This record gives sequence, C-alpha cells and structure tokens, in this order.
Amino acid sequence: MSTRTFLVQGLVAGLLAGIAAFVVAYTVGEPQVDRAIALEEAAGATAADHEHSDDPAAGHSHDDEDAVVTRATQSTLGLATGTLAIGVVLGGLTGLLAAVGLGRLGGLRPAASTALVALLGAVSFSVVPFLKYPATPPAVGSGETIDNRTALYFGFLAVSVLAVLAAVAVARAAVRLWSGVPGVVAGAATYAVIVVVAALAFPKVDELGDFPAGLLWDFRVASLLTLLALWAVIGAALTVLVDRTWRQHDAVRARRELAASL
Amino acid sequence: MAHAISSPTSISGAGSAPSDLVIPARELAPWLAFGALFAMSVLVLISSAQGAITIPEGTAIHEWVHDGRHLLGFPCH
Ligand SMILES: [Zn+2]
Repeated sequence: MSTRTFLVQGLVAGLLAGIAAFVVAYTVGEPQVDRAIALEEAAGATAADHEHSDDPAAGHSHDDEDAVVTRATQSTLGLATGTLAIGVVLGGLTGLLAAVGLGRLGGLRPAASTALVALLGAVSFSVVPFLKYPATPPAVGSGETIDNRTALYFGFLAVSVLAVLAAVAVARAAVRLWSGVPGVVAGAATYAVIVVVAALAFPKVDELGDFPAGLLWDFRVASLLTLLALWAVIGAALTVLVDRTWRQHDAVRARRELAASL
Repeated sequence: MAHAISSPTSISGAGSAPSDLVIPARELAPWLAFGALFAMSVLVLISSAQGAITIPEGTAIHEWVHDGRHLLGFPCH
C-alpha cells in the first residue's frame, strides 16, 4: 500500500464529499444566505449612504447590476467551486495523513486507522473551530475587522490542528508506556487542554448587532450540516477504498505465503 | 514465485500485523510537504477576503466562491 494510492483515494473521496457538501449547502444553506442578503439590502436601502458606497473595498456589492458575479452564479457554480475545491483538498490531505497513520495507530487495521484520521480531521479542522468562531451569514460583521477576524480564525484553526497532532504523539507514547485505554485518554486530554486554553486566550468576536436570532440559528445549523456532510463522505469513502486496497494487498500476501510454504 | 524459496514466515492464516504496513517517514515527507503547501494555497484563495492576503488583483475569485466561504464557516463579511 503506497502513499500515492492513499493520495489518489483521498482525492476521489474528497471529490465525492465536495458534491455531497454542495447538495447540502444548496438545499439547506442557500435559503438562509438569501434571507440574510435580503436583510442586508433592506438595511442598506434605509441607511441611504452606507459606508460601502464610499469605500468599495469595505464590503460586497450584492446588487445584480454592479456585481462582478451575480447571485445566481454565486449560489450555484460559485458554491460548487468552493465545496469541490475544499472537498478535494481536505480529501487529499486526509488520504496522505491516513498513509502516515497506517500501522502507526496502535493495533488498528488500515480501515480503522483511516476512519480515525478522518474523524480527527473533522473534529480539529471543522467542529472545534466552529465552536469558537461559528460561521456567520452575510450582513454580519464589518469590513474593517475582516482581516483581523480572518487571522483569528486561521490562528485558532492552526492551534487546533497542531494540538491534534501533539495529542496523537502523546497517545502513542502513552500506549507504549501503559496500554491502549490510558493512551487514548491521555491523547484526548492533551487535545482538550490545549484547545480549551487556546479558546480562552483567543479574543471573542461578536459583531452580530441586532441580526435576527432565528435566521442566525438556521444559517449556522446549515453551515454545520455542510461541514459534517463533507467530512462524513471523506471518512466513509476513503475508509471503504483503503479497506478494499488492503484486502487485495492481504490476499496477494497470503497467496505468496502459501506458495512459499509448499 | 518459484524462487520465493524460504521466507521465514509461519504458516499462513494469521494475517499480517498492521505494523508491517508502515510507510517509512522518508517516503512520506515529500508528499506531506507538497500536500500541505498545496492545501494552504487553495485555502488562501477560497477564504481570502479583499484584504492584504489576496494575491490576485480584484474581487472576482472572492465573489465567485462567496457562498461557499460563508457556508463552509470561513470568515467573509
Ligand atoms: Zn460575504
């Protein structure tokens, strides 16, 4: 089983995941995005000269007349580009990390170690960052703080991903020292401590203003469902593909052994 | 196959241990380095606001992947 096989299978799983994420985002998420943009435009219309009009770099223009990309394109081809690109990239990375994890995660067989890598990816890359800096719909947040918020988001994301790598290293060392269960507990504790400390240390972002709570909830549920669909398909598809490769690999090995023993 | 004379294995049936499958770090390193770089550049393209970190001029890419950025949880507005 080679690194290249893992990468190719990760990319395939990521492509499928990108399609699944698009379907969920389009059906569950787009209605919320449209409602948020309608609110944003209503607010812009009442406040006759919005900051945006003076400074085009401060925000978006969602009006179809002067927009670079129309809403119809953003919600279809644009959305698909985003979910497919992220799906393929995360799928490929998960495939490579599953190759690293192969045979290195206790006594886990290839299918199980691959599924564990995908689960750790989902938790560290999407779920935990979402808990600290949840997705926000259009109309939330000011153009002046976007650079700062982007830096905070990716800073926290980096801490979370590095923490999970550290946690796996701790878990492997603890398994060697003691055994499986204390090893897993030590790893989980390592991740939890680093991430909780980071979450307390990183500043809070609250620019919601008087955005309607019901719409915010619906948008965030849709966003989380999109991310979960993405990771579920990456994990499931990659695990199936890796398991199939391993069975073929094992069948060949068994035949060689049989031939050698004759 | 005929010259796979005597591999020092026990008679089949036990199956291979997962640790037999380990891919050496030396072989993994270049894949990981390239994969991480590629992933980061795509993330920057998809997630970049119109701020300092956007490499191409203009807002075309930013606007094109706008909805994906919001729904995938990246900061945008
Ligand atoms: Zn936006």
